[in-house]
Amino acid sequence: MWRDAALVAGRDLRIEVRSRVTTNQVAPFSVLVLILFAFALDPDRQLLERLASGLYWTAVLFAALLAISRSAAIDETDGVRDALRLSGLDPAGVFVGKAAAVAVVLFALEVLLGVGVVVLYGVEPAGAGLVVLAGVAATVAVAATGTLYGALVSGLRVRETLLPLLLLPVLAPVLIGATRAFEAALAGVPADGWPWCGLLAGIAVLYSVAGALAYGTLLEGS
Amino acid sequence: MTAQASTTATGTPHGEGGASAAVAGQTAPVHTGSPASRVLGGLALGSIALLVLYGLVWSPADAEMADSVRLMYIHVPAASFLYTGCFITTVASAMWLRRRTPGWDALAGASAEISLVFAAITLGTGSLWGRPTWGTFWTWDARLTSTALLTALLIGYLALRRLDVDPTARSTRAAVLGLLLVPNVIIVNRSVEWWRSLHQQSTLVKLDPTIEGQMLVALMVGFVAVGLVFTWLLVHRFRVAWLEYQSERLDLDQALAERRAEAGRATEAAGRAEGTPA
Amino acid sequence: MEPVVHLRAAVALLGRFPALAGIDLDVSRGEIVLLRGPNGAGKTTVLRACAGLVPVVRGEAIVLGHDLRRDPRPVRRHVGLLGHATGLFEDLTVADNVRFWGRACGADPGDLAAAMDLVGLDGRLRDVSVGRLSAGQRRRTSLACLLARRPELWLLDEPHAGLDHTTRDQLDLLMGRAVRQGATVLLASHELDRAESLAHRVVELAGGTTIAHTAPDARRSPSERSRSGAPEPEASAPSSAEVTHVA
Repeated sequence: MWRDAALVAGRDLRIEVRSRVTTNQVAPFSVLVLILFAFALDPDRQLLERLASGLYWTAVLFAALLAISRSAAIDETDGVRDALRLSGLDPAGVFVGKAAAVAVVLFALEVLLGVGVVVLYGVEPAGAGLVVLAGVAATVAVAATGTLYGALVSGLRVRETLLPLLLLPVLAPVLIGATRAFEAALAGVPADGWPWCGLLAGIAVLYSVAGALAYGTLLEGS
Repeated sequence: MTAQASTTATGTPHGEGGASAAVAGQTAPVHTGSPASRVLGGLALGSIALLVLYGLVWSPADAEMADSVRLMYIHVPAASFLYTGCFITTVASAMWLRRRTPGWDALAGASAEISLVFAAITLGTGSLWGRPTWGTFWTWDARLTSTALLTALLIGYLALRRLDVDPTARSTRAAVLGLLLVPNVIIVNRSVEWWRSLHQQSTLVKLDPTIEGQMLVALMVGFVAVGLVFTWLLVHRFRVAWLEYQSERLDLDQALAERRAEAGRATEAAGRAEGTPA
Repeated sequence: MEPVVHLRAAVALLGRFPALAGIDLDVSRGEIVLLRGPNGAGKTTVLRACAGLVPVVRGEAIVLGHDLRRDPRPVRRHVGLLGHATGLFEDLTVADNVRFWGRACGADPGDLAAAMDLVGLDGRLRDVSVGRLSAGQRRRTSLACLLARRPELWLLDEPHAGLDHTTRDQLDLLMGRAVRQGATVLLASHELDRAESLAHRVVELAGGTTIAHTAPDARRSPSERSRSGAPEPEASAPSSAEVTHVA
C-alpha cells in the first residue's frame, strides 16, 4: 500500500508542478482572499491583527477547496478510473497518496499565507511549536477529509458546487480548532492551544482511516 | 390485504403494514396508511393534545424564564429526535453497505429528511425562546450553533441523494456519506460546545436538573408526543420511498426481452440487405 | 484446452439498461477474434465485462480461469484494455505516463523502455506532454502502457479508429507478435477489411446478444492472412464458409 501511495502522490505532485495551476492561480487567489478581508473589515490594523488566526484559516479553507477539486479532477479524466481499477493499485494506497499530495500543496499555501498574514495584518509570529504542530494536524485533517469527500463527488456534473456544501460543515470543527490553537500560540498561552491540537489530530486520524477504507468502495461503486 | 411491498424485500426493517393492495407492477397504492400506522397516528394526535394541555395550561411558568420555558417542551425532544434520526441514517447506511438491499437505502434517506424537519423545529423553537430571553433571535450558543451545522450536513446529504446518476452509484455514495454523519455530528458537537464554553456564556441553555412536578410531566409528555410524531413521519416517508423504489425497479426479464428484440430487428434488416432469409 | 474467454448467456447491466442480454462467446488461446455489429450492440460492454469492469449478473462468464460472477477483480491484472478513452494524464509526458501505469502494475523499467520502442515512440517524443500529442500518438502511448502490462488477453475497442496507415500496420504487427507469444486478442472494430484480414473468427453481435459466428476464411485465401502476420491459433477455427447462426 505505501508503495502505491508514494507512486500516486508523486504523480499528483508532478501534475501540479507541470501544470502550474497551483502557483499561477490558487496561490494568488488565496492571497487575494486575505486582501479582500482587509477591504471588508476596516484595515484598522488592530482589528485585522486580532482576527488574523481566523482569517488565515478561512483563507486556507477556500484555497483547500480548490486544491481538493483539482486533485479529484485528475482521476476523473477520460478512462483514468477504468485504468486505476485495472491497474491493481491498492485503493487505500491511492487515497493516502492523493491526500499526501494535497497536504503538500496545502503546506506550501499555508506558508505563503503565513507570510501574507505577517506582512499584511501586522501579526507578530510567536509560539512556533504549537503553530507548527497544530498546522500539521489541521493540514492532514483537511487533506484527508477533502480527498474522501472529493471522491464522493468525483465525476459528477455538480461536483464544483456540491463539494463546498459537503465539505465546509465537516471542516468547521477544524476551523474552530486551528483558529483557537493559533490564537493561543500568538497570545503566548500555548497551554490553551494544545487540547485543540489534540482535537485536530483526532480528526486527522479519523478521516485518514475512513478514507483509506472507503476509497475502494467508491472507486468500484460509482 | 397483505403487505407484500414491504415484506417480500429481505432486510427491510418495517415488515408490518405496508401500502394497501400494493404489489409492484399491479394496482397502484392509494396511500401509505395501514391499520398499524393509523393507530400510531391516532396516538400521536392524542399525545399532542395532551402536550398542549400540559405545556400551555397545566404546568406553571418557570421562575426565571417565565412562559418561554414552555417552548422547551418541544425544543428539547425535537433536538433529541434529531440526533436519533441521524443515528438511524448512519446505521441504515452501514447496513446498506453490508447487505445492499434497497430497504436500508430508503430508510437512510427517509430518516435524514425527517431529521431535517426536526432540525428546523429545533432551530425555530430555540430562536423563539431566545427572543424574550436574550433579546435576539440568534445567539451563538452551543446548541443552536451545532444544530445549524448539523442542518448543513443534512442538506448536503440530501443534495447528494438527489443526483442524477445510476441508482447503485448514488446509493453507494450516499451510504458512505451517511455513514460519516454520526461521527461528524459528534465532532461538531464536541468542538462547538468546547468552544462556546470558553466564553462562559450565562445564556447557555441548561434545563434545571431538579425540574419536577408538572413541568417534568410536561417535558415527558413532550418527549412522548414528539417521539410519536417522529415515528409516524418516518414510517410514512419510508413507505413512500419504498414505493418509489418499487415503481422504478428494473423488471429484468422484460428489459432483456426488449433488448433481444433489437437483435431480431437487426438480423431482419441484415437479411433483407443481403437477400438471404432471416 | 480451456478457453481464454467463455461467456454463455451472459447478461450485464449498465445502470438499468441491459447492455448484454445473452452473449455467447468462446475464445481460445492464441486466437484473434473480431466482434462486429451495429452501434449499441454491446461490443464495448463485452470487452469491459471481460476486463472485470462491468459485472455480469446472469449466465456464465469465465475469463482466464477466473469466474467473473463470483469476483471480477482478480482477472484485471491479466488483461489489457485499449478503449475509446486514453487513460492518460495530459499534463504529464509520454514517459511519465508509461512509467506511472507501468509501475502501477509492477512492470520492470526495462520493459517500459522496450514498450515505448515497440510502438515507435522515440526519445524525442517521450518528453512531450500528452496534451500536445496527436490522436495517433496518444493511442500509441496507451498501447505502450498496455504492452508494459504483458497481458494474456488483449481487449481492443476500435483500435484502428483515427490512426494513419503506418500506425495501423504497426498495431497489427504488434497484435500478431503478441499472439505468437501466447496472448489472445479480442477486438471490436468497424474497420472491417483490415480487422477481418487479421482475425481468425468473427462474432456478430446485435441487441446485446450473439447472433452469428463466421470465419473470415470464407472471404479470402489463407496466404493473404499469413502475410498480415496473424498466426494459426491452437484450436482450429471453423472451416471456411461455415456460418453458425445462434438463435
